[in-house]
Amino acid sequence: MALCLSKSRKFLAHLKPKMGVLGMMNLSSWSSCLSRKQASLSGNGRIPHAFFWNRPPLFTSRRFESVKADIQLGSLRPAGDPQVLNFPGGIVKFTPELKFLSDFPEERIHCYRVLDDSGQPISNNFVQIDKDVAVKMYKDMVTFQTMDTIFYEAQRQGRISFYVTAIGEEAINIASAAALTMDDIVFPQYREAGVLLWRGFTLQEFANQCFGNKGDNGKGRQMPAHYGSNKHNYVTVASTVATQIPHAVGAAYSLKMDGRDACTITYFGDGGTSTGDFHAALNFAAVMEAPVILFCRNNGWAISTPVSDQFRSDGIVVRGQAYGVRSIRVDGNDTLAVFSAVHVARKMAISESRPVLIEALTYRAGHHSTSDDSSKYRPIEEIEWWRAAQDPVARFRKWLEGQGWWTAQSEIELRDRARQEVLHAIQVAEKVEKPPIREIFTDVYDVPPSNLRDQEKSLRGTIERHPQDYPHFPL
Amino acid sequence: MAAMLQSVRVASASFHLPDPSKLPVFSVCTLPVIRSERSSSLDPIHGTRRTRKVITKAVAAPAENSATAASKPGHELLLFEALREGLEEEMDRDPRVCVVGEDVGHYGGSYKVTKGLAQKFGDLRVLDTPIAENSFTGMAIGAAMTGLRPVVEGMNMGFLLLAFNQISDNCGMLHYTSGGQFTIPTVIRGPGGVGRQLGAEHSQRLESYFQSIPGIQMVACSTPYNAKGLMKAAIRSENPVVLFEHVLLYNLKERIPDEEYVLSLEEAEMVRPGEHVTILTYSRMRYHVMQAAKTLVNKGYDPEVIDIRSLKPFDLYTIGNSVKKTHRVLIVEECMRTGGIGASLTAAINENFHDYLDAPIVCLSSQDVPTPYAGTLEEWTVVQPAQIVAAVEQLCQ
Repeated sequence: MALCLSKSRKFLAHLKPKMGVLGMMNLSSWSSCLSRKQASLSGNGRIPHAFFWNRPPLFTSRRFESVKADIQLGSLRPAGDPQVLNFPGGIVKFTPELKFLSDFPEERIHCYRVLDDSGQPISNNFVQIDKDVAVKMYKDMVTFQTMDTIFYEAQRQGRISFYVTAIGEEAINIASAAALTMDDIVFPQYREAGVLLWRGFTLQEFANQCFGNKGDNGKGRQMPAHYGSNKHNYVTVASTVATQIPHAVGAAYSLKMDGRDACTITYFGDGGTSTGDFHAALNFAAVMEAPVILFCRNNGWAISTPVSDQFRSDGIVVRGQAYGVRSIRVDGNDTLAVFSAVHVARKMAISESRPVLIEALTYRAGHHSTSDDSSKYRPIEEIEWWRAAQDPVARFRKWLEGQGWWTAQSEIELRDRARQEVLHAIQVAEKVEKPPIREIFTDVYDVPPSNLRDQEKSLRGTIERHPQDYPHFPL
Repeated sequence: MAAMLQSVRVASASFHLPDPSKLPVFSVCTLPVIRSERSSSLDPIHGTRRTRKVITKAVAAPAENSATAASKPGHELLLFEALREGLEEEMDRDPRVCVVGEDVGHYGGSYKVTKGLAQKFGDLRVLDTPIAENSFTGMAIGAAMTGLRPVVEGMNMGFLLLAFNQISDNCGMLHYTSGGQFTIPTVIRGPGGVGRQLGAEHSQRLESYFQSIPGIQMVACSTPYNAKGLMKAAIRSENPVVLFEHVLLYNLKERIPDEEYVLSLEEAEMVRPGEHVTILTYSRMRYHVMQAAKTLVNKGYDPEVIDIRSLKPFDLYTIGNSVKKTHRVLIVEECMRTGGIGASLTAAINENFHDYLDAPIVCLSSQDVPTPYAGTLEEWTVVQPAQIVAAVEQLCQ
């Protein structure tokens, strides 16, 4: 890969996404997202990013013809050319300059944006969406925001034990979900409930999971906000950080082996990019050419650790190049930008079978979780500014209103209805019974083995003998 | 080695360790065994024992198996080939089975268990991974959740300590925490155990670290016959299974049946029925036990040797029946004393069969030290036949 090994700083400038070639593509309706047919795309189906280097045929042949792996690179050495040497990994040009690559670019990688702060498009360079999709997106963003606010309050009132909000990241959640199809498998971290909401998870189901009651499809096994639904192709959240990234790569590998028209997407924060799993997953995804979208929600904070303490690179987007993965930086509070980026990334991932890294810059306007009070480590004014002045929901609404697709009246009705529905869901969920004892022991294996059956018998026996010590216990 | 004696007229089976000059090589012949008769009311060890006929062979042929395998001759192969055969058959049978690991592709695996599979099934189904155990195990988990059935190879089991997070928190847990929505039918396998001067880091016995993880099953193979059978069973299981192989057993040779067979993941293997003492063991220690058994038989003891095979869960049915018969238990393992498989097995037997025990359970394990490199030191961190003989004599006093 002679191009990518060139040492000049000018090359970094080439990384600026040249969105001029993106053009305009029409999405007729929400249902077309769900269907497999990729209707009305640019005719030849090729992604118009021709300025990216072509993968050298050498690597393709090494990858897929393992029996020929013993043909060494040395045999391809150009005869007697003093300018290059064919080291393992490819041809490199020599240089007499003793020059180090800079640790930080002169200018940070630019950030793709469509709408300005007042909701006005700054260009036409985005994937158009029609009214139905846009309005559904907005409604889901508002519902999501309402759900987060009320569930947070419910935790403060002691009705649920824990909650994680995604205040400030509504655009990331909903817009990325809207740009995918139901066949694309989601591997979330824990701040992506909006993706599940878009896909059809009901408020009642959210509430059931948070209360861990009998209606929870997770059977009361996980903490609140650790949703999962195989019906919606949304893999259950695990508390471990960044472990889902290699999962997504493996699942993408599985989809690729099946030849399916689908990709996987995984979300993680800025903190998650410091883990070993992130590194290896990106590396693997590139080597295996897996169709996965790696979506980093760079919201500036990992609990109390600001990004300046997390890494010293120019954010996450530059790391893509380090692994041989295409990447883009987008304004995470800009709904249309996120939508376009994910939409194009998905096409790339599937048609070219490659990973794509998206870094969405945003701000964690809420606390890390209900166990955190972020005013202890950041100024309240900063939090308030981002929450109010940079609210992605408000910005999108302004655009919608500009399109004539939304009114103040609709706003009042929507907010009222959302609030009522969320409160109702909580009230119902609160009263539903918890799962029975049996569910302590099921699903550890496909069938409970003898030791677990014994342990269940023992527990039931204890409860029977001391019922006064086990009130409200559904057996 | 009862497994080797499936067919009556089989030529002698032998096993070869990588360094034959250091350990004895012995063959086991398959002549019928003369079993002594005794009544249960007599003292099984001292009393009238000496006036009865002596058992002439250390290993008894399980008579019920001899008839069935007489028709097919079977074929001989080494243990690592048996693993490969099982893996290949399963990959032929189910296109979702794939292999993930370091150097498993065209290199064929560090112990050649996957040799030839990449050529046959292609690069995608036999996947070479970069060096990141936690991450490629995570990858396999993700692939399993979306429909594949990956077999993850740890180049050495010890390296899978790097994958502990994924194995315990995701592989073992996600089926449970998702409410049963996502299954993870992975097999995690690799060579472990104390080898021939491989150093402490390459002599890990991970079964003791993994045994607590809820949600996984663990099995240990010890013969080509059970290696192939357990490999196939593990791949077909819907639960995540960790299959422990031993570095020093890969070159064991045995004749196995031609026809397809799958073993049960939860069953122990009766290696040698006996009356005086139950010796529970697994993996390489099985051979040390059998070697000790020869000596014990010559001294007049009749040990019952059971290869427990299933490390999680224990086959307490087979073990219990044996304890009820012999009333004395000796556990011989390669794990370290603290927190090893033997420790858990001791607790389980004590809890369940306390009334049947005539003596405290004796557990022979490696010491709680990292495995030293020097040959003599290494030999003595591992339980040797002499210690087993001494322990049985002590136990049967």
